[in-house]
Amino acid sequence: MANSLTGRKEFDESLLRIEQNLLKLGSLAEEAISGAIWALQKQDDALALKVIEGDDVLDDLTQEINEQALMMIARFQPVALDLRTISSILHMSTDLERIGDLGSGVAKVARKIFHEPLIKPLIDIPRMGERIREMVDGALKAFMNRDCALAREVCAMDDEVDDLDRQIFRELLMLMMQNPRNIEQATHLILISRNLERAGDHVTNLCEHIVYMTTGTFIKAGDFRRPHEGKNE
Amino acid sequence: MEKDKFSVRDLDLYYGSNHALKKINLQIPERAVTALIGPSGCGKSSFLRCLNRMNDFIPGCSVSGKVELDGSDIYDANTDLINLRRRVGMVFQRPNPFPMSIFDNVAYGPRLHGDRDRNTLRDIVEESLRVSALWGEVRDILHTPALALSGGQQQRLCIARAVAVQPEVLLMDEPTSALDPMATARIEELVRELRTRYTVVIVTHNMQQAARISDTTDFFLSGEMVESGPTQQMFTSPRDKRTEDYITGRFG
Repeated sequence: MANSLTGRKEFDESLLRIEQNLLKLGSLAEEAISGAIWALQKQDDALALKVIEGDDVLDDLTQEINEQALMMIARFQPVALDLRTISSILHMSTDLERIGDLGSGVAKVARKIFHEPLIKPLIDIPRMGERIREMVDGALKAFMNRDCALAREVCAMDDEVDDLDRQIFRELLMLMMQNPRNIEQATHLILISRNLERAGDHVTNLCEHIVYMTTGTFIKAGDFRRPHEGKNE
Repeated sequence: MEKDKFSVRDLDLYYGSNHALKKINLQIPERAVTALIGPSGCGKSSFLRCLNRMNDFIPGCSVSGKVELDGSDIYDANTDLINLRRRVGMVFQRPNPFPMSIFDNVAYGPRLHGDRDRNTLRDIVEESLRVSALWGEVRDILHTPALALSGGQQQRLCIARAVAVQPEVLLMDEPTSALDPMATARIEELVRELRTRYTVVIVTHNMQQAARISDTTDFFLSGEMVESGPTQQMFTSPRDKRTEDYITGRFG
């Protein structure tokens, strides 16, 4: 039971350990995204393979976090802020693991186009990757500092990611119409863009959990973004 | 949960010069389980005892304010105390069966209130033991001494004794603190069932117990009622910092 002094100290120590693991998972997810984009830009197959293989590390770490969280629930039966923190960490680890998966997905698709010259210089995709990296970074900072204002700002950043995704889609559509031989590579690039767009959505989930953890109120990331103008397809 | 069974207004309680309860305002919903939590000496047991005027027995104790049971103030001069304590029964921390048979323990209250008929008494005893989930274990040993039962069984016997006089409210002062985990689980299960018939108010030091069995939780600290709310909210997102600190073990 957490409500004794010794229990409290042990709980706080366990919490510190699980938070450190979550941050580690966060930086691995961030690296998976930037690594995959870098590999795509440089057509670096070895790096792409490294990102893909690195996914196992993320999976193992996620599993470890889940076990730690379950153990903490069983040992301390946390309530209130403690309970919200553990529950949020459980959710956040899943989102971070998915972001890592999407990074590895980008690397897999990138490997399919390494043997041919690029149909266009890559500008917006790396920009998207950079935004995602910043968002993950912001979300992890917001988590550590229990900073709801920052979490909300990070949610708002997803608008730019969505804009870039739409822009990339339109541009590649044009290239496909111009020359059917572009279709294969353009489709792959659209897939990459879509993976990054989904990674952005997972970051907004992180922010929702951070706000719930800190305040006890559920928010919807959409409330901190500009009004919807309809889906992008 | 629509109606309030008790409505407490500006309740102050002093033990001599010690101001033990300060301006308590609280509603206790009917046919629901209300848990009172707080550190030792915070006034929760004193508050519980105000609900059937058990504090009247304590020398130097004075009470002001209103405690309304179904709209009438139990501290009114005309209150019939025997009737009040029939309506508002109590179960204590340590099982305290009388040194007599199981049957006589349960029949004690009804006899006191004038039921003499053997068949009626037998029916009341059976029904009360069924309600307190003890009937199956004691049906064949009704005339053996109650003190031969295990601690958990004794506590359920005390609950049977309390329900035998057909109360409307059951006050429980840490009813499981002297019991092992299995017996505690039986009592907790029983409390959940009792709420369909009775209003239950339970004092507990076990936070998880409050979270498991109650519908409403009230947090007391230093004689004040700090926060009252639906149990789910109190244990996931309490509004008051002091509640948060207490239930997460940051003090107390």
